Amino acid sequence: MAVVGTEIRATSESLLTARQPRKAANMGQIIRWLLLFAGGILMVAPIAYMISTSLKWPHEIYNLALIPDEPHLENYTYVLEDGRFYGWFVNSIIIATITTVSNILFDSLVGYTLCKFRFAGRYIIFIAILSTLMIPTEMLVIPWYLMSQALGWLDSYWGIMFPGLMTAFGTFLMKQFFETVPDDFIEAARIDGLNELEIWWTVAMPLVRPALAALAIFVFLGNWTAFIWPLIVTNSVEMYTLPVGLSSFGDEADVQWELIMTGAAISTIPTLVVFLVFQRFIIRGVVMAGLKG
Amino acid sequence: MYRNLSVHQKQVVWAWAFLAIPIIFYAVIRFYPTANAMLISLQDWNLLGDRVWAGWENYDKLWNDPIFWKVFRNTFAYLLIGTPISLLVSFAIAYHLDKLRFMHGFLRMLYFLPFMTSAVAMAWVWRWFYQPVPIGLFNNFLSTLGIAQIEFLRSTTLALPAILAPAVWAGLGFQVIIFMAGLRAIPRSYYEAARIDGVSGWTVLWEITIPLLKPTIVFIVVFSSIGFLRIFDQVFNMTTGDPGGPLNSTKPLVLMIYQSAFTDFDMGYAAAQTVVLFLVLLIVSLVQLRILQDR
Repeated sequence: MAVVGTEIRATSESLLTARQPRKAANMGQIIRWLLLFAGGILMVAPIAYMISTSLKWPHEIYNLALIPDEPHLENYTYVLEDGRFYGWFVNSIIIATITTVSNILFDSLVGYTLCKFRFAGRYIIFIAILSTLMIPTEMLVIPWYLMSQALGWLDSYWGIMFPGLMTAFGTFLMKQFFETVPDDFIEAARIDGLNELEIWWTVAMPLVRPALAALAIFVFLGNWTAFIWPLIVTNSVEMYTLPVGLSSFGDEADVQWELIMTGAAISTIPTLVVFLVFQRFIIRGVVMAGLKG
Repeated sequence: MYRNLSVHQKQVVWAWAFLAIPIIFYAVIRFYPTANAMLISLQDWNLLGDRVWAGWENYDKLWNDPIFWKVFRNTFAYLLIGTPISLLVSFAIAYHLDKLRFMHGFLRMLYFLPFMTSAVAMAWVWRWFYQPVPIGLFNNFLSTLGIAQIEFLRSTTLALPAILAPAVWAGLGFQVIIFMAGLRAIPRSYYEAARIDGVSGWTVLWEITIPLLKPTIVFIVVFSSIGFLRIFDQVFNMTTGDPGGPLNSTKPLVLMIYQSAFTDFDMGYAAAQTVVLFLVLLIVSLVQLRILQDR
């Protein structure tokens, strides 16, 4: 009885006091929202200033105002007519796209094989591939450079792309997701007379589409922004990717800031647009890759 | 021949056929270069002449190189400043953002956008911010307030944090998203039980939220530490005229590797540095995993 009594008292007390904290919480929520909003504005401010400056005339760039007095696109036409930026943009698109397609195909094929086939040596191969995650790219750039020099791959698309055509991260991610594909589906397809390549492509792949999308986004973004290897392997201005090209402007003493901001904007806007369009998808992909990968 | 195989044998054939190209790729593009880097680190080679066996000479030279120790300290400064700050800030943002419903997606987008940018492009933007009056945004702002100018990138003390700032900024959104996913994974019933027991908000945070977030925290600490130890793009692009900043005050290990290999063409010396980088990354990750998982 005593126990019931205290419980009732506790409940009635909580009912009496419930109202006040709730009002306070609402005030707290408003402050919380305002602070987070202010923080968010600060986060996007560098991007906003970059775009704003790319729309300004040279005499305006020292002005702190975010909105240009007379916004114009002259800087963009100037930068793109110069030809170099246009070429770098095309190079970056080609390299990031081919690398993404290669990773989608090979990482998922290897992940699928390691997940769904039973054969001697499977575990060793899985561990071997996984162990390459521990090797930093920086350790490999010198041997890659020597290899490219010996085989004539320097200063070519292939030279820029070859190190990233497959990744252990992608393979591991895909293997994790193929675990969710029921073996029965694959067995049923086998009975239907499909060969193993057809089963992988027509049965298993469609079932892991969200993971493939996440992988595609990561690989594309990674290659679009990749810097150290393209910097090392390219020598001619025509072969530069966007980051290497932007970097080649060098010292700030002779820089025209509105033009450099235009270049920076050209290399940033495509990924921002992709993000804004596929936002939910990308956030989910980040979570999947982060937690499973 | 293939027809006579059993179902299992056929599958084994398919498996090796699927793995053939990837096995060659990993052997030639990952394992062989790793071994080669270790081999070159024991040789003396300037790219043009012969590869001469040098034993531990390169490591010896590294041990006695004052610039290397400066670089080593810088590399750890990036880690020791960058990781705690980004961990605390991203947790604070995620913790509060998780409690909001109004325009939740919009706020999340604001924090995540910098993650989608390229480090080189953003290095230019931040470099512009740091310029002296009348160009730089920060110094212009300071001068309107009547505060003295700050020479961000030309200072021996402030240049390193000034370069670190865009790296922390760009990575924050990713960590916020991971933290929010971790927070969502904590069962609601724990919080309800705590509320019924009348536990205070701070106690809930320290006794429920943080202990249950441990796997997420471990992941973020290890992941961001590796990133800060390998910092290069921001440093290279914010100190182009004087790579590594005044008196090497901002130079990290990866930049020293790049310069040894591709400006001095001292391949053996550069390779020895890459082996050191590999060991540093391995040891730091293992130590962090050990410490964080035990508690």
